[in-house]
Amino acid sequence: MANSSPHPPAWADQLLSWLCPAELVEELLGDLHEQFYQQVQSLGESKARQQYIWEVLRFVRPYFLQQRASNISKSLEYPSPFFLSPDMIRNYVKIALRNLIKNKSYSVINIGGLAVGMAVAMLIGIWINDELSANKHHKNYETLYQVKMHQTFDGRRGTQDAIPFPLGDELQAKYPDFKAVAMFDWGSNRSLVVGNQKFLKDGHFIGEDVIDMFSLNILNGSKNPLKEPYSIVLTDETAQAIFGNQDPIGKILKLDNMVDLKVTAVVAKQPKNATLQFDYLLPWQLQENMYDWIKKFHKTNWGNNSWGVYVQLKDGINPEQTNAKIKDVVLSHLSSNENTVKLIKPEVFIHPMAKWRLYSDFTEGKNTGGFIKYVQLFGVFGLFILVIACINFMNLSTARSEKRAKEVGVRKAVGSGREQLIGQFLSESILIAGMALVLALGIVLVSLPYFNTLTEKTMTIGFENPIFWGIMIVFTVFTGLLAGSYPALYLSSFNPVKILKGGVHVGKSAALPRKILVVVQFTFSIVLMIGTIIIYQQIQHGKNRPIGFNNRGLISVNSSKDLIDHLEALRSELLASGVVSSICKSNSPPTQIWSNNNGWEWKGSTPAEKSVLFSTIATNFDYIKTIGIKLKEGRDFSRDFTTDSSGVILNEAAVKRMGLKHPVGEILKWNGRDRTVVGVIPDIMMESPYRAISPLTIVFEKDWVSFICVRINPNVASSVAIDKIRPIFDKYNPGFPFDYKFADTEYSKKFSYEELIGNLSAIVSLLAIFISCLGLFGLASFMAEQRTKEIGIRKVLGASVANVWGLLSKDFVLLVIISCLVASPIAWYAMNQWLEDYTYKISIGVGVFLTVLAMALLITLLTVSYQAIKAGLLNPVKSLRSE
Amino acid sequence: MGRAYLGEFEELVLLTVAILNGSAYGLSIADELKQRTHRSINLSGVHVALYRLEEKGLVQSEYGGATATRGGRRKRLFSITAIGQQTLSDLREVRNELWAAIPTLSLS
Repeated sequence: MANSSPHPPAWADQLLSWLCPAELVEELLGDLHEQFYQQVQSLGESKARQQYIWEVLRFVRPYFLQQRASNISKSLEYPSPFFLSPDMIRNYVKIALRNLIKNKSYSVINIGGLAVGMAVAMLIGIWINDELSANKHHKNYETLYQVKMHQTFDGRRGTQDAIPFPLGDELQAKYPDFKAVAMFDWGSNRSLVVGNQKFLKDGHFIGEDVIDMFSLNILNGSKNPLKEPYSIVLTDETAQAIFGNQDPIGKILKLDNMVDLKVTAVVAKQPKNATLQFDYLLPWQLQENMYDWIKKFHKTNWGNNSWGVYVQLKDGINPEQTNAKIKDVVLSHLSSNENTVKLIKPEVFIHPMAKWRLYSDFTEGKNTGGFIKYVQLFGVFGLFILVIACINFMNLSTARSEKRAKEVGVRKAVGSGREQLIGQFLSESILIAGMALVLALGIVLVSLPYFNTLTEKTMTIGFENPIFWGIMIVFTVFTGLLAGSYPALYLSSFNPVKILKGGVHVGKSAALPRKILVVVQFTFSIVLMIGTIIIYQQIQHGKNRPIGFNNRGLISVNSSKDLIDHLEALRSELLASGVVSSICKSNSPPTQIWSNNNGWEWKGSTPAEKSVLFSTIATNFDYIKTIGIKLKEGRDFSRDFTTDSSGVILNEAAVKRMGLKHPVGEILKWNGRDRTVVGVIPDIMMESPYRAISPLTIVFEKDWVSFICVRINPNVASSVAIDKIRPIFDKYNPGFPFDYKFADTEYSKKFSYEELIGNLSAIVSLLAIFISCLGLFGLASFMAEQRTKEIGIRKVLGASVANVWGLLSKDFVLLVIISCLVASPIAWYAMNQWLEDYTYKISIGVGVFLTVLAMALLITLLTVSYQAIKAGLLNPVKSLRSE
Repeated sequence: MGRAYLGEFEELVLLTVAILNGSAYGLSIADELKQRTHRSINLSGVHVALYRLEEKGLVQSEYGGATATRGGRRKRLFSITAIGQQTLSDLREVRNELWAAIPTLSLS
């Protein structure tokens, strides 16, 4: 019976409800069904069914039809308001505003917290957008690539941008896949002189195709401005700086005091997030004309990787196929001359423009991401903050729902449906989100300049962009819905009878989700806090790393032909001035290593060890003295030993790698020449402070010079010294403005990346804590308010202020401790992952977690105590008198 | 008379409501009428008559007595009002008078 109990046909019921007035349907159907079941018993099912249908059809009679029709016309005359009708919305807004005004402090906490959360999310959104849209302004974004190369040194597969000089022509000539190829150098500060004005600007030698490839916007001048070797292309910014408002086209500039160049075009400056950055561009051919060492060492040398090359694929070419074709282009040119090549296995490939900025890391020949992880990380942070702010909103709204319960009861009693109430609360929360949005936009406007300084970007809010507004509106509605969903669904579920009878008790069942939300909120905040502290610890760890040389009072100056030609005179004049204690030449500034070389042989080295890569510093005399390194063994290169011209100084890592017992005096071999070890220095830190120090060879090469390093006399203030040094340099280096860099400032820039991440996460975590505390503050005051009577009675019975304080604080302290317990393992795991990238790193101690626990408790207590003590101090006479 | 006109069927329904006083609703009235009059009665007719009577103020109704066979739907329970009773007794009086006025003639 149960599974096949007879049913009257549903369509007949449907028909009846169409035919008859709605208010009669219940009783009519009831009677019909009852009769049906009686007839099933007496006549059998099929007969009953027939009867049933017949009975229903009998309802088609004028009486019911008239009633039905008049009902419909009445409903048209007095429609029940649609829950989003303008009148209802006006009412919602009015009630919402009244509520906001009535509870000012809650409104401030609610709107303020949400606004701060939204502002942070927006700033992060702007930042992410800036990162993701990098390079997209180039029209050939899809088809541009940079050629890179994997090589194996000492068993490790590395990936580099540097490729040999002949590669560009080879790719252009022999591979039809490429539409255009542009070789480039890494760029450096060069002097531009017009009349007696000297400028130091940054630019590249670059292939002429670059203009079309990168769709550089030519504002003025030739369409193919890099064709003639003695040309220069300026950005509008550079042109303005040099020529002011004059027309720069056709003007002559002197480059590096060596050659005269004609300005052939002015192009728009690239946006700051573009990869290709320059103040000017120089024709690739010019380089060969200026420097004969290019023809001598590079023009046909496939073994020296000192250049870069951009390529553009023809439309529709699959980059995978191109990669397969060009894979061995370098190897095939090398294989005849060296057997080490087989160990190094150079493999050329193209890296798409879309990945230049955010996916630039390679490990063992695989693209392993890069900065994108921070973009994703901060995306998650932004979401965290937004969720925390929304949780505040939800918590405060539900906590205060008791106050709104009567309203819900009355609304339900006068006939508002559940969907109308949901509509009301959602529109209320969207209204508040809208107010928060306005405030958030204000905050973003004010803070964007600071944020730009911090992130070294020039980001703007796209007010003129309809997409921006679209996102903002979606964002607000989404936040409003997210924040308002819980109160809306929860408040509207109240039973009106119960509410109006004696007020609902939003008891433990409602407090539990609220507590869970607080725990979630604090877990987020605490994870961020732990993360930030660990990032700062790691930065400090790097800063505390012994660097092995003295970077204070050490300056480096770009060398030039004039300076090198007159180096001895310069040196003696500088020393005679009394403010300089020594100078030296070098191929890289004292805080960087620009050259790495393999091919070294030492006593007992295997042929395979020719692939071991050593950092190379090229210098001649006084390097150790000038840089301020304490020698471990042996001596610096000395003018007293003519044999030092084939000398080499090693660092301890190099000694260890070569396995030399008594390094000084050992004869090494490099590039077919013997090199005698004259000294050993400790491991000096010139590259990343977080990596292992690579083995270093300091070689005596008097012509391999890019910098002059100057050690300022420690007894002289550096500003005084600079004033005295300047005229001497100006005298020997007439074509250049005197430009110098302090090694300690340059060194501290090594931390800028980590510091940026650290500062950003510090801001995010402080705001997360702030917003969480704001919510806690609101909740605490609500709790205190709710328990006024209880506290009054307790006080009458002899409770002290401390008792009351403990009573109110206890709950929150417990929640924060739970949050810490949840957050700690999450943070520990995440930060361990982050530290994986560093060789020189801290180990995460228990201390961080305890510190954060203590801090979190302290902050919580401070937040809650204000309300708790206020409640405790309340005079029980007053709190108990009412009612 | 002055009172509302009652059709024959309406009168029967009103009488049945009076009989079933308290437990009168569409189906029970229809069943009762079927038993007593051996006519075929359909629910829609009974309901229309009930609503008309209610509009005339002769019966009143309230909801109650939902059962499982009704799918949890409530019945509308009708009871007779004072006016209804008055109307019935007026009608009966009129008929009695009419009967009395018939000359002695055996009708049986």
